[in-house]
Amino acid sequence: MPKRQDIKKILVIGSGPIIIGQAAEFDYAGAQACLALREEGYEVVLVNSNPATIMTDKEIADKVYLEPLTLEFVSKILRKERPDAILPTLGGQMGLNMAIELDNSGIIAELGIELLGTKLSAINKAEDRELFRALMRELNEPVPDSEIVHTVDEALDFAGQIGYPLIVRPAFTMGGTGGGLCDNEAELREIVANGIKLSPVHQCLVERSIAGYKEIEYEVMRDHADNAIVVCNMENFDPVGIHTGDSIVFAPSQTLTDKEYQLLRDASLKIIRALEIEGGCNVQLALDPQSFNYYIIEVNPRVSRSSALASKATGYPIAKLAAKIAVGLTLDEMKNPVTETTYAQFEPALDYVVAKIPRWPFDKFATGDRTLTTQMKATGEVMAIGRTIEESLLKAVRSLEVGAQHIELPECADLPDHQLIDKIVKAEDERLFYLMEAIRRQYPIEELAQLTKIDLFFMDKLLHIAEIENTLKQSVFDADTLRYAKQYGFSDQAIADRWGCTAEEAAQLRKKNQLTPVYKTVDTCAAEFQSSTPYLYSTYEEEQESIVTEKPSILVLGSGPIRIGQGVEFDYATVHSVKAIRQAGYEAIIMNNNPETVSTDFSISDKLYFEPLTVEDVMNVVELENPKGVIVQFGGQTAINLAEPLERRGVNILGTTVENLDRAENRDSFEKSLKELGIPQPEGDTARAETEALEIAERIGYPVLVRPSYVLGGRGMQIVDNAQDLMTYVRGAVKLSTEHPILIDRYLIGKEVEVDAICDGETVLIPGIMEHIERSGVHSGDSMAVYPPQALSDNVIEKIIDYTQKLSIGLDCIGLMNIQFVVHDQTVYVIEVNPRASRTVPFLSKVTNIPMAQVATKIILGQSLKDQGYQNGLHKPGNGVHVKAPVFSFSKLHKVDASLGPEMKSTGEVMGSDHTMEKALYKAFEAAGTHLLDHGKVLFKITDEDKKEGQLLGKRFAEIGYTIIATAKTAEIFEEKGLSVQKIEGKGQKNVEESVLDLITNQEVDLVINTIGKNAAAINDGLYIRKASIEKGIPLMTSLDTVSAVLRVLESRSFSTLAL
Amino acid sequence: MKRRMLVLEDGNVFKGYGFGSEKETIGEVVFNTGMTGYQESITDQSYNGQLLTFTYPLIGNAGINRDDYESIFPTIKAVIVKEFARVPSNWRSQMNLDECLKEKGIPGLTGVDTRRLTRVIREHGAMKALLTDTDSSIEECLQRVRSKKLPTNQVAQVSTTRPYVSPQNGRKVVVIDFGLKHSILHELNKRACHVMVLPFDTSAETILNLNPDGVMLTNGPGDPTDLPDVIEMIKELQPQIPIFGICLGHQLLALANGAKTYKMDFGHRGFNHPVREIATGKIAFTSQNHGYAVAADSVDPKRLSVTHVEINDGTVEGLKHRAYPVFSVQYHPDAAPGPHDAADLFDQFIEVMDAQKAGMIHA
Repeated sequence: MPKRQDIKKILVIGSGPIIIGQAAEFDYAGAQACLALREEGYEVVLVNSNPATIMTDKEIADKVYLEPLTLEFVSKILRKERPDAILPTLGGQMGLNMAIELDNSGIIAELGIELLGTKLSAINKAEDRELFRALMRELNEPVPDSEIVHTVDEALDFAGQIGYPLIVRPAFTMGGTGGGLCDNEAELREIVANGIKLSPVHQCLVERSIAGYKEIEYEVMRDHADNAIVVCNMENFDPVGIHTGDSIVFAPSQTLTDKEYQLLRDASLKIIRALEIEGGCNVQLALDPQSFNYYIIEVNPRVSRSSALASKATGYPIAKLAAKIAVGLTLDEMKNPVTETTYAQFEPALDYVVAKIPRWPFDKFATGDRTLTTQMKATGEVMAIGRTIEESLLKAVRSLEVGAQHIELPECADLPDHQLIDKIVKAEDERLFYLMEAIRRQYPIEELAQLTKIDLFFMDKLLHIAEIENTLKQSVFDADTLRYAKQYGFSDQAIADRWGCTAEEAAQLRKKNQLTPVYKTVDTCAAEFQSSTPYLYSTYEEEQESIVTEKPSILVLGSGPIRIGQGVEFDYATVHSVKAIRQAGYEAIIMNNNPETVSTDFSISDKLYFEPLTVEDVMNVVELENPKGVIVQFGGQTAINLAEPLERRGVNILGTTVENLDRAENRDSFEKSLKELGIPQPEGDTARAETEALEIAERIGYPVLVRPSYVLGGRGMQIVDNAQDLMTYVRGAVKLSTEHPILIDRYLIGKEVEVDAICDGETVLIPGIMEHIERSGVHSGDSMAVYPPQALSDNVIEKIIDYTQKLSIGLDCIGLMNIQFVVHDQTVYVIEVNPRASRTVPFLSKVTNIPMAQVATKIILGQSLKDQGYQNGLHKPGNGVHVKAPVFSFSKLHKVDASLGPEMKSTGEVMGSDHTMEKALYKAFEAAGTHLLDHGKVLFKITDEDKKEGQLLGKRFAEIGYTIIATAKTAEIFEEKGLSVQKIEGKGQKNVEESVLDLITNQEVDLVINTIGKNAAAINDGLYIRKASIEKGIPLMTSLDTVSAVLRVLESRSFSTLAL
Repeated sequence: MKRRMLVLEDGNVFKGYGFGSEKETIGEVVFNTGMTGYQESITDQSYNGQLLTFTYPLIGNAGINRDDYESIFPTIKAVIVKEFARVPSNWRSQMNLDECLKEKGIPGLTGVDTRRLTRVIREHGAMKALLTDTDSSIEECLQRVRSKKLPTNQVAQVSTTRPYVSPQNGRKVVVIDFGLKHSILHELNKRACHVMVLPFDTSAETILNLNPDGVMLTNGPGDPTDLPDVIEMIKELQPQIPIFGICLGHQLLALANGAKTYKMDFGHRGFNHPVREIATGKIAFTSQNHGYAVAADSVDPKRLSVTHVEINDGTVEGLKHRAYPVFSVQYHPDAAPGPHDAADLFDQFIEVMDAQKAGMIHA
């Protein structure tokens, strides 16, 4: 059926900020959808609050609204734009929930807008537990015994009937937030109570645990003519019990017979037909490993993380086709975009194995609870393609960037046997590594399969890897063994480690034996049809399918998995760079391993190599393609770290030279450069031993900022204000040594300012200066930033411009550079320089209208700033104020302190823009999910250090009619100033702490303000308050600067009432 | 494992390791794109005389079980894989693929770049190949392959030689065995059909004397034009009795009604072939295994109508007789392996038989 002619204008709802459970996959889906709709001639209006995405680029839609995804703002946009229809199924759970809210508010009916794609009634049937179970019963599809509960008592009753273990799933939460497995009453009580709170409809499903079943997913699509297909099925390595987003996954399924495959396929198609899905849908099933019994676990009636994975695993672009289905096209009239010769009504056949491994944030959150449950904790994922399980798994492992080039971590080798088994039975993020260690210690795989319920088939693959390791050890430098190991995905480094040589020596032997990988095509059809898609993966087989063209090419390295400190912003920059390279007439080749992102959409570049980002893997592509050069400055620290070893191997690194990268990154040479340029920086030094650390700190004076010399996103950074804490720090997490020195800097309290600059060696363009709301001490990634700066003197701004220009020229920057300053007593100090694209590139590109990564790429390719029409100096800001605000995922991560500090903790960002600072701030808070009431109750618990400021803030709250609640000590601070305070005291059996918790739990406060001092011993002070606020979803502020910003908003919304 | 190689008549050589039986073999090398169902495919008699390459690289993961055989004595020439699973895992598994092939006397070749092999077949068509030890001289192998004449009596090799019955209480169905898959019997039995399986060379008279409610023409190997007697038999049957043809049965039915068949370049082997039913527009994913097809322009619209087509290459996938209750499909509604999307064709067959009996059509 042809596309619909009765609609012209379509509003697409994005997925908002990146949080755990809703990440870059929706940028990929949303961008694809918008482009697909425009391709069909529709006018597309997009609303999304996340500036760090490709989908919010001007070119993606006819109109882009970077506004909060709240009823208030989306309604305004609807009234203004009057679209004919809304497409809500491509913006994740956020987009769906927004559509439901809009529908409930009545505005959709009022304006006569149609919801495209799967109908809301169907979405409800899939998402509301009760309706879903009723439907499954009607279809005769099995679901585990379960009960919908609204109270803890109801849950306990059900447990009384069917016993433990049970699984709790709160309704309408994303990434399984608040859910979990319960083995006893205590656990059930806790999890249900929390789940009811987190569920927007205050209900949980409590069901019989089928933990240990095989977990299988089917990605299915259907159009309104009832054509339905399975795009891909996947089998989890980890059985039911661990959220699929936290599971290692293989595609296609590996251990199913055709009978089982078809049984589950039939069930999946039956369900999407019954739900009348129009677009993509994900069906999760549990299959008994000992019979044909299966259960439907859940259905996601929309494009999801799994569909992004399935798209990349098969090449079949689900979101793009889902958008076209939504406007009436059918699968049998659209072409398969991969083959371009066959139709989209096609079930892809794979001739390779795909492995996905989640990327967890526990390298950043050392105290976090690493246990894997039904609540997702991963921030991102990597995917790898190979011709065997072993090959794809090993490629995926080395894509993770967890310091492992193989399934091997040093801490596993040292673990005593009993602890090793604990680590295997109780799944944590590193279980794969412990399993591998157990197999090396010759635990029988049958026993391990029994203990973990991981299929014996997968265990045998791990055993095979261990066998190859042993063969390598026994046959040092043997060419046949080398060939075999390479065919099964071993890295040169893993081989070298067993041979006692260097990776380079192993690589040399490999090349001497003509052992280089070939690249095969992902074509959806297992080579049955001709396909010219330049989507490639490496393997050690016979036929090279990658055709190197005559056209000069440029290789861009991507940024790998999304993690805290390296988010979707870097994918944004990568995609822009590719665009500029193509415009400049070169062939743009990209290498990356993240299945969620836009950069790994094969239609973005001229050639996509879906590969690990290691020196070996990059060199293999370089040696085949012989590109003119490699661009590393857009792929975050991942790519930057590859620059030096690549150059050492003769690769031409484009942009800022490796030598100059090092001048910015190496502490000593950086210090020297600053001195030469006459730019002040906080006094500091490098310590390689404890005594040295103490001396340095003594010399520059406490408080000091300490961190390992090599950092990403502020990892391991701390502010320390006495010698004892310093000792604790150097002996603790960072393990100070000569190989691992730490940097000690004077901690300057002051305003933080951040600048991104673009330099061609002569001219320095400064697109903008961003002023942070939180003072120094809070990581820049976790600070709210304002553009243009509102409270910097002209003198300071001039200094910043001057220093930026000196630094860019002085460090011979070619391309992008990010500089962070602190303004202390009107003196501007440089605290950090990153000679690469930074986290703020997308935000700044959007607010200044300068496509920074593209401009930088063109410079790198030889076009000067002047040639591109840009002037030296600071770009003149337009009207309006833009605020970037961080978004956190604390509610998904147990035992991670929500207090802000020098270590980055946020997972995403939003932006608020308006004509005044207050309005922009309001939008930023709203977009970040911090809803501010005009009046209410604010709970204070602050340290003595913050006394004076706290008093002022308290007074301002009182002025606009807020009730102040405080713990005894804090209350005194306010009473000193004559403010009326509701003091919290212990009541009856309860101590103060419990009383505070009661207040929070019963939601008797609307805002919680809690600060901690710089004394490391006090780090746990008030932890209970922060934990409870996060769990109850009450806005929590741990920086008084943020509070001041909040007050600015509230004050601007409130009329002053002054008595005569 | 022993090193072995596959020598294609066009000179391409694929080296790997032998598994299963150590026999040397010559036949036509083809590929199948299914990601599951290797046990069903290997035991499908339509692969008689062929060396079957699986495009999915890991074969045998779920082992071999007692239920999923499509024939008892498979006559496939060889199985070619990237890797077979040494430790399969599935609750029904009784042995691994290697053990099964040894037992059935079928040679296997593992460790080859099956994607390259597939691309060679796609570009140059299915061709003859020799599976042998690597110490043989390639020149000599090539000569043997090129001079080998492939047999034309494939159906005779796989059809039952004696009639037998697969009993149920219900409609009487005669199944003409050209190399039937057990799944066809399953589907008929499931629908309460009393099935009488007859050899492929049974005469029309013998069949009619059994007075069945309908006749099923099964799948089978080879070129349908090698079976002129069968075509004559069908001509005699069709005015008198409902007929349902599957795969080779479909091609024979077409030939019996004046259409022509041709050899495809590399055939349809897999189970993701989308087929449109012209009358309803409905598309089903179908399980297919055929190297020959009915030429669309040879179908006489006065005698036959095309009911189904493959949506990508337009291959004739289904036919219906204009005058008689006779229809056929090129694919396997019995699936096994593959999707169950077309299983309702068996119901249609039942309906046609019942209608005929009730005198509703052609009374």
